[in-house]
Amino acid sequence: MEAFIELERVEKVFEVRRRTGFLRRERRQVRAVDALSFTVARGEMVGYIGPNGAGKSTTIKMLTGILTPSGGRLRVAGIDPSRERTRLAHRMGVVFGQRTTLWWDLPLIDSYKLMHRMYRIPDARYRENLDRLVEHLDLGELLDVPVRQLSLGQRMRGDIAAALLHDPEVLYLDEPTIGLDVVSKTRVRDFLRELNAERATTVLLTTHDLQDIEQLCSRVMVIDHGRLVYDGALAGLHEAGEGERTLVVDLERELPPIEAPAPARVVRVEGPRQWLAFPASEPAAGLVARIVAEYPLVDLSVREPDIEAVIAKMYADRTDRAVP
Amino acid sequence: MRGASRAVEGVRAYGLIAGMWIRSTMAYRASFVLTVVGNLLLTGLDFVTILLMFSQVDALGGWTLPEVALLYGLSVTAFGIAQLAFGSVASLGGRVRDGSFDTLLVRPVPVLAQVAADRFALRRVGRGVQGVVVLGWALVAVEVDWSVGKVLLVPVTVVCGAVIFSALFVAGGAFQFLAQDAAEVQNAFTYGGTTLLQYPPSVFGRDLVRGVTFVLPLAFVNWVPAAHLLGRPYPLGLPEGAAFAGPLVALVCVLPAAAVWRLGLRSYRSTGS
Repeated sequence: MEAFIELERVEKVFEVRRRTGFLRRERRQVRAVDALSFTVARGEMVGYIGPNGAGKSTTIKMLTGILTPSGGRLRVAGIDPSRERTRLAHRMGVVFGQRTTLWWDLPLIDSYKLMHRMYRIPDARYRENLDRLVEHLDLGELLDVPVRQLSLGQRMRGDIAAALLHDPEVLYLDEPTIGLDVVSKTRVRDFLRELNAERATTVLLTTHDLQDIEQLCSRVMVIDHGRLVYDGALAGLHEAGEGERTLVVDLERELPPIEAPAPARVVRVEGPRQWLAFPASEPAAGLVARIVAEYPLVDLSVREPDIEAVIAKMYADRTDRAVP
Repeated sequence: MRGASRAVEGVRAYGLIAGMWIRSTMAYRASFVLTVVGNLLLTGLDFVTILLMFSQVDALGGWTLPEVALLYGLSVTAFGIAQLAFGSVASLGGRVRDGSFDTLLVRPVPVLAQVAADRFALRRVGRGVQGVVVLGWALVAVEVDWSVGKVLLVPVTVVCGAVIFSALFVAGGAFQFLAQDAAEVQNAFTYGGTTLLQYPPSVFGRDLVRGVTFVLPLAFVNWVPAAHLLGRPYPLGLPEGAAFAGPLVALVCVLPAAAVWRLGLRSYRSTGS
């Protein structure tokens, strides 16, 4: 597969000055991104997650050419973003969840008309793209509304459309569903899935909402303290995070806790219902067979680990190791 | 070559953005006309102040009312053009602070054009119009021994003055990359500068005139060329050709302003703040 985004030991070091006295200042270097390497193929849809301050936004800012890396090699579509910012701008779209790229005081359509000229989008293609985006993102009634009067969800849809008018090859989304209601979230996710499937647009999205990742991304990268701590399928994250699945068992009557083979163990008993935890990496079959053979079973179900808990555990483990 | 094509891109983008703002203002024609008139009257108060002074005295630092009006007209017209074109750069600090500056960097056009054309306010023509009116009256009222050179000197001076003030706006804006609350410092130089130039150099101390000539060469916006037109001695005994040094001085202002802008932008892109 062709590598579309390439990072090779990319670093970003900030110098932070802190006031320690009237005139005294302490200088400290903060490594926001530390020897980060990864590649994203054309057409991939990748989730990029990590706690606040992990380096997600800094990475996006380097990919878009806003920030210049302190070290390493970074290429998007073969272009060095910091050196050829405007050339790359024609080929990428960016949506910042926290702030709009639209002109705040003007009707939505004015922003689009300006983008049309600014990006030199051919007339026919502009009209075609605008029609399609207006339809898919349900913007028809919002076009004449000043951006500042739009709700967060409406504005986000407006921003996504603005980022896609010029048919970018790559779309960066920084927290695209932050603050959106369920309906808006669903609409945005549906749209992104379609975009990726139909246009093969490469998508990199950062998010705090793991449902975004579950529903959209086949690949997830986890960053913490500026380093990549996980890169792979979402399913694999469970194992990497040493997550546990839960087997919920309904017995015929109240019984003492089931004697399960380690490492499986009963974590909760409530009347005839018992909860058993076992490693996510192990198949449930053995455990189930054993219970069926030895206990009066009525019903059972397996619950996947809560991914948020898995990631929280992942961060916690790393922090424990970092601070001996 | 690359610089030239970027400049063309910048001018094009400026036109696009400013055009959008003008169209949006024109949606409310009556309100637009009112704000222009208001702007005209408000900025005209400066000239009313001068008129009031002349109701008490016959000359200010040895300069008559039409002569002071010539200074005023040249300075205010040049400043009006610069403020209309680059005044928005003064709000750069706010954009850096609230993070919206990042959104300018992901667009395929030069950042300076975007910042300068942002919220392009055509109502600001009020100041320039008022300056032109005063300048027109002054040119008729002053006693000048007109020659081709002197006639040409007037528009050249206005353009060069506008460039000098624009450079000041850009440099001041670039300074806000480092100190985001520095808008007031910038105002002191831009608005302060134009107010200063409304009065003859002879009313100011020698050191101030020196500073305004050699450090921040505002003297070339009007003092020196006006002295030439009126056949008055130049401030600080500058050589005869100084009146025609405007284009050179403007260039000398633009180069460091452009350098400071680039430096500020580079610093922003390396620190993200």
